[in-house]
Formats: sequence, C-alpha cells, structure tokens
Amino acid sequence: MSLKRIDLLICCGSGCVSAGSLKIKEKIQAVLDAKGLLHEINIIETGCMGPCDYGPVMIVYPEGIFYKKVSLDDVEELVEEHFIKGRPFKRLMLQDEEKKAISTQKDIPFYQKQVKVALSNCGYIDPEKLEEYIAQGGYEALGTVLTTMSPKDAIVLAEKSGLRGRGGGGFPTALKWKLASGSKDNQKYVICNGDEGDPGAFMDRSLLEGDPHRVLEGMMIAAYSVNANKGFFYIRAEYPLAIKRIKLAIEQAKEAGLLGKNIFGSKFSFDAEVRTGAGAFVCGEETALIHSIEGLRGHPSAKPPYPSDKGLWGKPTIVNNVETLANLPTIFLKGAEWFSSMGTETSKGTKVFALTGDVKNTGLVEVPMGITLREMIYEVGGGIVDDRDFKAVQLGGPSGGCLTKEHLDVPVDYESLKEKGAMMGSGGVIVMNDSNCMVSIAKFFLEFSVEESCGKCSPCRIGLKQMLDIMERITSGKGVDGDIDELIRLGEAIKQLSLCGLGQTAPNPVLSTIRYFRNEYEEHIREKSCSTSVCLNLMHFIIDKNKCIGCSLCARKCPVNCISGSKEDKFIISQPECVKCGTCMEVCPVKAISKIPQMHPDVKSENERLRKQKENEE
Amino acid sequence: MYQEILSKYAPTKDNLIYILHDIQDSDPRHYLSEEAVQAVSDYLKLPANHIYGVITFYSMYSTTPRGKFIIRLCESPHCYIKGSENILKKIKNVLNVSIGETTKDGYFTLELCACLGVCGNAPVMMVNDDFYGDLTEEKIEEIITKLREVR
Repeated sequence: MSLKRIDLLICCGSGCVSAGSLKIKEKIQAVLDAKGLLHEINIIETGCMGPCDYGPVMIVYPEGIFYKKVSLDDVEELVEEHFIKGRPFKRLMLQDEEKKAISTQKDIPFYQKQVKVALSNCGYIDPEKLEEYIAQGGYEALGTVLTTMSPKDAIVLAEKSGLRGRGGGGFPTALKWKLASGSKDNQKYVICNGDEGDPGAFMDRSLLEGDPHRVLEGMMIAAYSVNANKGFFYIRAEYPLAIKRIKLAIEQAKEAGLLGKNIFGSKFSFDAEVRTGAGAFVCGEETALIHSIEGLRGHPSAKPPYPSDKGLWGKPTIVNNVETLANLPTIFLKGAEWFSSMGTETSKGTKVFALTGDVKNTGLVEVPMGITLREMIYEVGGGIVDDRDFKAVQLGGPSGGCLTKEHLDVPVDYESLKEKGAMMGSGGVIVMNDSNCMVSIAKFFLEFSVEESCGKCSPCRIGLKQMLDIMERITSGKGVDGDIDELIRLGEAIKQLSLCGLGQTAPNPVLSTIRYFRNEYEEHIREKSCSTSVCLNLMHFIIDKNKCIGCSLCARKCPVNCISGSKEDKFIISQPECVKCGTCMEVCPVKAISKIPQMHPDVKSENERLRKQKENEE
Repeated sequence: MYQEILSKYAPTKDNLIYILHDIQDSDPRHYLSEEAVQAVSDYLKLPANHIYGVITFYSMYSTTPRGKFIIRLCESPHCYIKGSENILKKIKNVLNVSIGETTKDGYFTLELCACLGVCGNAPVMMVNDDFYGDLTEEKIEEIITKLREVR
C-alpha cells in the first residue's frame, strides 16, 4: 500500500447506506478517476459514524473535516474544491449557531460529551480489514489475557471493572461468567446475542457492521474466562450486512491464526460460527435464543436452570450481548480501574444509546453512565426539532417506560431509570415533542408486544391482548370509568406472572404513561378529547362560516363527499361520515378549517344512543 | 431439486433454520412449498409438523408464493412517530395491494416487519436485502418505479 495524501472516510453504516452513501462512493471514485487523482486518495468504507440524521456523512483526513448530507450532485464540486484546490467545501459542513462552518469532527457539539469505548473504532476503520483493527490495538488484549492471565484472573478483572450486561437486564457480566466457570463440564459455549429487536435500538447492528473484530475478540476473552471452546454469533436475519461482516471477520481471524488451535501459543483453542434468526423478537431472550439455535421454535423456558448451568444442547453456556462483548477488549487493555472510573456507583463505564425521535441530532451516541437526560437530549442531541416543546422520552423500548420533563435531570443509570418506571434496556431513546399523544404511543408499544408475544404463557399471550383491547377502546372514544384501574390491575398481574423477561416488562409502557400522564388517559375517557388531535375519533374538523368564501374546493376534494353547501350558505362538514383525512384543511385557500381536539357532540350522542340500544337488546 | 442445497448442510436438527432460509431464498417466488418441506423432512428425519411449527413461528418464512421484490415496511413505534402510516397508505395505493398480498404481475409483496434498526433514518423499509430510509411519499413512487424497470 502506497502512502496517499488524503484519507476519505465514507460512512457505510446501514443508515447512511439507506441514504445513498454507496452510490456517492462510486461517483467519487469515478470523478477522481476521470481527473487522474485516484492514486492520491484513499477511499475507505467505514461503519457507523453516529450522526445518522446528517447522512450520508464523510470525514476527510488529515484535517478531519466533516461533511454532511452529501448528495450525488455535490460530488463534482466537492472533488474540485477539496481534493484539487485543497480548501474545505463550506456548503457541506455543519454550521454553528452563528452560521459559521464547523470545520472538524471534534468541534461538533454532537461528539463533545461523548466518550467512545465500544464505539471507538466504529466509523474510523475499515471493518473489512483485520490490519486496521490490529493497528488500533486490536487483539492485544486477547494476547495479554491468554499469555499472562488465568481464567480466574480474567473474571476478577471483569468483576472489578463493574461491567454489567448491556442488552437489557443489566446483570453483572463477571457473575454470569463465574456461574459458568464453576461447572466441571468439559464442553461449554459462548453465545453473542445479536438478536437486537427493541424498536429504536441499533447499536448492536452498528457494532457488528462497524467493528466486527472487536466483538469477536470480546467473545474470545469471555470464552477463555469460562473455559469454553466454541462460540456462536446469533444475529437476526434482518441484518444481512452484520452477518456478512462477522463471517468475514471470523474467516480473517482463522487465516491469521487468531482463531483455531493454541491461540497465541497458549493452551486455549477456540472456534466460532454465525447463526441467524428468521424474524422473531422473542429470540432476544436468552433461553428462546438457545432454542432457536437448536432448530426449534424460539420459545423461552423457565429459569432456573440458567443457561450458565444448562444452556445450548444442555451444556453450560454464557450469553452476552454484542455491546457487552465489545467493551471487553478495551477494559482488558486499559484496566478495570480505568473503566470503573467512569459512571456512577452501581453503573460503570459508558453506554451506547440510539438517540431517535423528535430530536435534532439523531444517531448513535456513547456517553458515560450517569449523564443526565437533559445533557443527552439537549447537548448531544441538540434539542427538539423545530424548537417545539419536549414532552416525554421513551427509554428501553417495549420493555421500558416514558419519562417526562420533571425527569430531565435524572442520571442515566440502571437503578435510577428503573426507580422512575423506565429502564436502560438495550439503550433505545425515543424523544417526543408535544405533538405526541402518550396514550397512542403506549398503545403502539403494546401492539408491538402483542404481535411479538410467542404465545407460550397465558399472562403475556392473553393478558396483553386484554390490555390492548382496553387501550383501543380508550383511543377510539369508547373508554369507560374504571378502564385505567383495570389496565393497572392487568399490567401488574402480567408483570408478576409471565414466564420470560419480555412478558414481565411488556406492560411498562402503559403503566409508566398512566403514572406520568394519567390526565391524558382521563381526558380521553371522560371528556372524549385528545388534546394533540392524534386520536381521530377524539377530534373533528370544523369550517368557520365567517372565513369560508364558498369556493367548494374542500367539498370537491373530500374523498367521502361529506362536505356540502353553497356559495351563499357556506360549507359544512357532516360529522358522522367524516374520515378525518384532513384534506379539506390542507386545500382550503383561506384557512377557514380548523381541528378541534374533541369528539363532535353529534358523534358523541350518536355513540351514546347506540350504546344504550345495545344495552337494551342485551 | 433440493438436493443441491440440502447437501451443503449436515443432516442435524440445528441446521433446520438455515436450510429453510436457503431454500426460500433460492426460490424465485421466495416461499417454502409443500414439496420443499417434505424434502427437508426426509433429509433431517424430522416430522413435517415440526418443520411447519418452525416455519409458522418465524415471520420471515412464507408458505405461500411471494413477489420478486418483498417490501418490508417497519411498523415499529419509532417509524410510526415519523409517519410510517402515511407511507403504508402510499405503498398500498401505488401497488394496489393490502398487507400480505402480492401484486397481480407477481412483482411486489407488501409486508410489515418489526424494527429494522435503521431508526436514525425512520421511516424505513427493506426491499429484499436493501434498505431505504427517510421515506417520503414521493420517494416511494421513485423507488417503486425504479424497481419496476428492473424487469
């Protein structure tokens, strides 16, 4: 490889790829080739750089200049300005509040509060090149562990670091290892849980795609600690790129002698392979995942026995999440003290969060544990889009809960979040502005859980469906007094009685929104009103007669012909027929049509009449 | 006709999921036929009901023929907040199909799926193995028009 004057790093994480980064790379190559510059510039495909919202993004070294939202049309100009004339191309650079261009990546506010441990190479190296990982210190930790530490020492170090499972439960990693290492069985397994399924979480995908060797190295450290000689990466089939990259990493490691017999000249031998899912959320639960690898339906089973005792094919097995494993190489390289110096009393190190929703900078961020929600949303995330008001933040996906304005200064750690009714989960953070209806959001999460319930135990299969029926009743304007109490009763029962962690946490989105937004539920039930006008049965459109000019455009555009009138009498909407599509409001040239966040009295009385009629019939 | 695929795998139960993926992917209509299930059943010496149990448990398998392009729109809360409902309406309109249906020309099948993990660019969909993010109604028309040209 010859030295080149410029390194151009193009983010090829799934987010940027979905925004077209691969096509841009091709075009840059073509343009450079046409200008005879290809031999001077290194074009490198990297994993996720983080700020997905700005995708496709790229960084040009040696200066470290960050370009955002690069489109095919920008390529010629970019090459001309930066690669030929040698000056940063301002139009594609981020701007600060005073509209001045921010030149380098490290000056971007999005990155300033971040501390990258698991993500340290992600977006910086070519994930398909083993040499690049090694150049960043890769496999040094494994070498040190294998040649200077006993498995027991390794467990002690992991324990001292305070690392806890990053996949959801937050179980201490070293404790899991200890349980498995105690078993005398000579066949043990390590599984990397890459069945990331929580809506709003994509750190595992990004790590597997952006730095696969790191996850593999982490798995080998874990395997050595418990004396396992075989590992499985279980990755969901929806992540084809992650599957391809980890397979490639395994192949490369085998070729380099980093995987196989007597690694680094030690007695430790290890082999790894990739297994894929086929579309089932519940397979993220460790016992369900094990069944899936065995070729069965992915049903969870009751614990104990724990997998560390009886796991894959009845053998002691440790199941660690992708991000947990990705932390290990750095912990073993820099030491337990270094890692545990970050974070809070009980939650050490850093955590990767997928910041999404109505926040300005969406993307993947890694911050020290204990950071406040305010710092995460306003400083890293840049605040709420369109400068609307912050309403709530959902943490932990369908197992987690919603927190409010009051909780913005809560430190993000396992215990504090749990205490407030949310949870760390896998690190999905969905920020919501004031246009969101919390009842609808909770219903939506519940729908997800009902859909994904595996059906093995009845509290989850039947109980969640009962809760959903009530939620549907409430959002369609048929809620009755007592519904909230019934939701709480059902939710608490499901939490206590479900078989696996997914059922035990599925009522959380509903319970936490009742806890913090009870007034919204009451509004929906008693006043038949949805203040955000999201629930269509609890709002209606009206035409202001004083403003209407009688142009009839709304009537002509109405898909169900429920608007009638004349130039003289003006126009009126027949409420029972209206489907609330909002077309009339959009097309009205004089803005005479507005949304009223309440069920129309005519509809309300009609509903009441029907309900009474039904009661009489019964 | 399935022997070529089957012979790549050891006849053990744990290979079932991968064999099913492989057969389904190699079928131009992306599904698992009765004959395929029978062949797998013979090869792995597993009863067909076990195989159907597995097929129906996982959402990516289909026992009915599907289109050349399988559109899988993410229906997770995240994409919903970002407007996936309108995208769904648009796709239904453009293709004139409901969820789970295939267009008459056998080109497109519309499915919904759980989170695809591209939430920073919601709403998102996958068409076979390719991701499309930051979807808008206009983009849907563009994408589908382009895919139609692949004929």
